[in-house]
Parts: sequence; structure tokens; C-alpha cells
Amino acid sequence: MPSLNYAAPTSVQEAVALLAGAAGLAKPMAGGTDLLVQLRSGRLKPELIVDTKQIPGMIGIREEAGGFVIGGATSGAMLEAHAALKAAWPGVVEAMDLIGSEQIQGRASLAGNLCNASPAADSVPAMIAAAAVAVIVGPKGERTVPVESIVVSPGRTSLARDEFILAIRLPPRPAHSGDAYLRFIPRTEMDIAVVGCGVNVTLDAAGVCTAARVSVGAVAPTPLLVAEAGAALVGHTLDEATLAKLDAAARAACKPISDKRGTIEYRIKVAGVLARRAAAIAFERAAGRVAKGH
Amino acid sequence: MSKHHVTTTINGEETEFLCETQETLLDVLRNTLNLTGSKEGCASGDCGACSVIADGTLVCSCLMLGVEAEGKTITTVEGIADGETLHPVQRQFLEHAALQCGFCTPGFIVATKALLDANPDPTEEEARYWLAGNLCRCTGYDKIIRAVMDAAAEMRGEARAA
Ligand SMILES: Cc1cc2nc3c(=O)[nH]c(=O)nc-3n(C[C@H](O)[C@H](O)[C@H](O)COP(=O)(O)OP(=O)(O)OC[C@H]3O[C@@H](n4cnc5c(N)ncnc54)[C@H](O)[C@@H]3O)c2cc1C
Ligand code: FES
Ligand code: FES
Repeated sequence: MPSLNYAAPTSVQEAVALLAGAAGLAKPMAGGTDLLVQLRSGRLKPELIVDTKQIPGMIGIREEAGGFVIGGATSGAMLEAHAALKAAWPGVVEAMDLIGSEQIQGRASLAGNLCNASPAADSVPAMIAAAAVAVIVGPKGERTVPVESIVVSPGRTSLARDEFILAIRLPPRPAHSGDAYLRFIPRTEMDIAVVGCGVNVTLDAAGVCTAARVSVGAVAPTPLLVAEAGAALVGHTLDEATLAKLDAAARAACKPISDKRGTIEYRIKVAGVLARRAAAIAFERAAGRVAKGH
Repeated sequence: MSKHHVTTTINGEETEFLCETQETLLDVLRNTLNLTGSKEGCASGDCGACSVIADGTLVCSCLMLGVEAEGKTITTVEGIADGETLHPVQRQFLEHAALQCGFCTPGFIVATKALLDANPDPTEEEARYWLAGNLCRCTGYDKIIRAVMDAAAEMRGEARAA
């Protein structure tokens, strides 16, 4: 058996060269909370692990042009500890915070959650709703890609083998904006989403929605941006007719499977319910009222 | 590839070891350094029996490579007591009989130490959430939580809750 190599490059160029130069499978690593489990189980047999955490920019959060730039390997614990990020994007932070235990939070990252490409990844619908973009680096330099274009199928991303995510960017926040993420699990902690839903809205001074993005997870092979669900909110306050339209649009987007966690019918129904509840929280937050998530 | 040569600080002592890439920090602690206090319950991040503190952050040593310990400061359960004097968390676990088989205990002790370092006055709910990544098959958790809350009170210099 060929031995497994490890490198901890200290620049983007060095990391890209290592990924490009490996004869076999080379995998970037952030917190390793997916990668090392898959290595252990034998599901993944890489030749090289490229630890990205020594690369400048991979760890840390900075405000830039009214938005936030979050290093690709920044841990959930660091997001949770960042007051300004939490105030601007409570939905994104609470989605990340749902991942695993305190121990997992010490290591797990947004980019790792995204690139593991699980249909049920919790932070991904929240990032999609937030219109987050991934800053991808590779041999040709840097490109930015909307988060919803990263996962192509379970376990697969649109990144080339010599590319990795340097950072996740969250856009500037207009006044009266709010986001929320809810997931449904049978327990209160440490479980995989049966359904997840992220909602992000901007309201005008009168409380009428002027922009909205809705994303659902665990109900299709990839997390989905549901344009119709966002459109159902725009131009409205959260009256029952609007909620019913949102619920219907969220359900219509679902293409789930049945498994031990939930049947197709159940998942579809729950997606509609979660969309309603997440929208209610996002509207409350946008209106400046305190709304607690999950 | 030859083995990695790693220099790190474990429980206050500079330590050097050699490891293969696929060896986790838990493998190194237990098999190379003979620090067998950290336990392997699952090797998949679910049980917390392998908990250590790495540069101030609570992590599962089964989900960290040994080679990643380079330059870091690691605290394992062996580093919690002050010589022969038990840490208040350890003493309260004994006093409350917060263990039966004891397999989960090192992980709980380390996780509780990290909790009280970050938050000296946790509510019971906060303590339960913080410790949700530590599984115990024996005690039913209640005695553990009593021990944690009393250790916190003791460390704040308050009298024990009756
Ligand atoms: C006990 C436990 C509980 C968990 N609970 C949840 C949960 O509730 N919800 C949930 O969604 N997930 C959960 N997870 C899964 C996992 O913790 C998350 O997906 C986490 O966010 C992964 O981040 P990481 O930094 O550890 O990724 P890693 O393991 O380092 O990487 C994951 C994947 O992404 C790739 N990758 C890493 N960084 C980059 C990068 N910068 N650019 C490109 N590719 C990259 C890796 O090659 C690998 O394929 C859990 C895991 C465990 C062990
Ligand atoms: S052995 Fe590490 S979490 Fe179970
Ligand atoms: S005392 Fe036996 S597992 Fe906790």
C-alpha cells in the first residue's frame, strides 16, 4: 500500500502546486472532521493530505467593503465568538453552530462543510440564502463562485483537483435585513438534518419584503436555491397568503429520498413548515426585533 | 514517505515524537507516548472520550492528525491535576460518584475544564449543551452535571449548592 503523505504549505502557490503535482488523489484539509472520518473508514484513499490551515487568509474573519470575508478553514467556534458577524448574519452563524459538538466546533469549517458536498450539510442552505460566494484559488489565480454552484452531486464539487476555497464572502447588509436557518432533527443535538431551510430577507421601512432568498437542504441530491420561494415573499408582508405561497414553493422544489430519517412525503411536508418558520424569524430579525433561532 | 518528526508541548513539557500521516493525535498519545488516559470510544468524533485541549480549543484527538500537533500546546487528562493534587473538577466527579465504568470520564474531565476556562459560571443548560459531545453509557448524566456545577461553584469560591 502506498504511504499517505502530508504537507502543510504556507502559501497558496505552494498548496496549488502540491495539489496539482500529486500522482494520486490529493485532498485539501481544513478541520478534518469529515476527511479524517472518511480516511479511517477506508471510504477515501488519498495519496496526499494538504493541510490548508497554515496558509495566510485561511483562518480568520475580516470586514471588507461592508461584508465579511471568512477564511476557508475558520472554525465554527470562531464564527460563534465574532459579535459583528453574528449580529449581521445570525442565520449563517447558527447554521454552522448546529454542526456537531463543542469538540467538532473547534475544528469544523464552512468550506469543509460545503466541499464535503453532503445533501444535508447544515451551513450550506444558510450560505446560499445569504448569497455567499466562495473565493476559489487555483493555478490560474482566483475566481469567485456562488455557493449554490459548488456542490454538483452528493460528494462532488465543481472545483478542479488543483483548486481549493480560500475564503467565503458574505455580501454587505442593507438596512432592515435578517436571515435564519432551521433544521429538523429527531434529537436536540448531534444529528443529521432530515430537512434544513435557510431564509434571508430585506424589508423596506414599512416592513414589506424587497428581496428574499430561500434555500432548502436534505431534500434533493444537493442543497437548492429555491427562486420561486424567494419570489413568493417579495412585495409582501408575512400574511397567511404569502406564507402559504412560500410553503408551496418550498415543497415543490423538493426531490427527496425516503430513508430511516424520513419518508419522501414527510420531508416535503416538513420543508414547507420549516420555510414558514425560518421566514418568520428572518422577518423578525429584519424588523429589528430579537428572534431566537432553533 | 518517512515518518514525521513532531515537536509539541504536552501537559507543559516539550515533547518530540515520530508518526505516520494517518496516525491521529489519539493514536500517538496512547501508542507512542503511553498517555493512555485519553480513550478511544468511537474514532469518529461522536463520543468525546478522546477529548484534549489544543491551543486552548477543545477538540477530539481522534479527529486530529498527530502531525498537526507540531508547535501546538496540548493538554490531556494527565495534565489536569496539579501534581498529586486533584483539580476541583476531578474531585467533584469523585465526590458525586459521577462515574461507573469510567471510560467516558477522562473526556468529561477535559471537556469540563475547557468549559470552565471559557465560562466560569455556566447555567445547567449551557453545561449540558457544552457536554453534548461527550457520551456516557452508564451514569445517565445527572451526577456528571451535578459534579460540573459544583466544581464551577467551588472554582468561583462559592459555597456548594446544597
Ligand atoms: C460528530 C460529528 C457531527 C457532525 N455533525 C454535523 C452536522 O450536524 N451537520 C453537518 O452539516 N455536518 C456535521 N458533521 C460533518 C462535519 O463536521 C462538517 O461537514 C464540517 O463542517 C466539515 O468541515 P471540516 O473543516 O472539518 O472539513 P474537512 O474534513 O477538512 O474537509 C471536508 C471536505 O472538504 C474538502 N475541503 C476542506 N477544506 C477545503 C477547502 N478549503 N477547499 C476545498 N475543499 C476543501 C476536503 O478535501 C474534504 O473532502 C459532523 C461531523 C462529526 C464528526
Ligand atoms: S474516540 Fe474520539 S470522539 Fe470517540
Ligand atoms: S461511566 Fe461508563 S461510560 Fe460513562
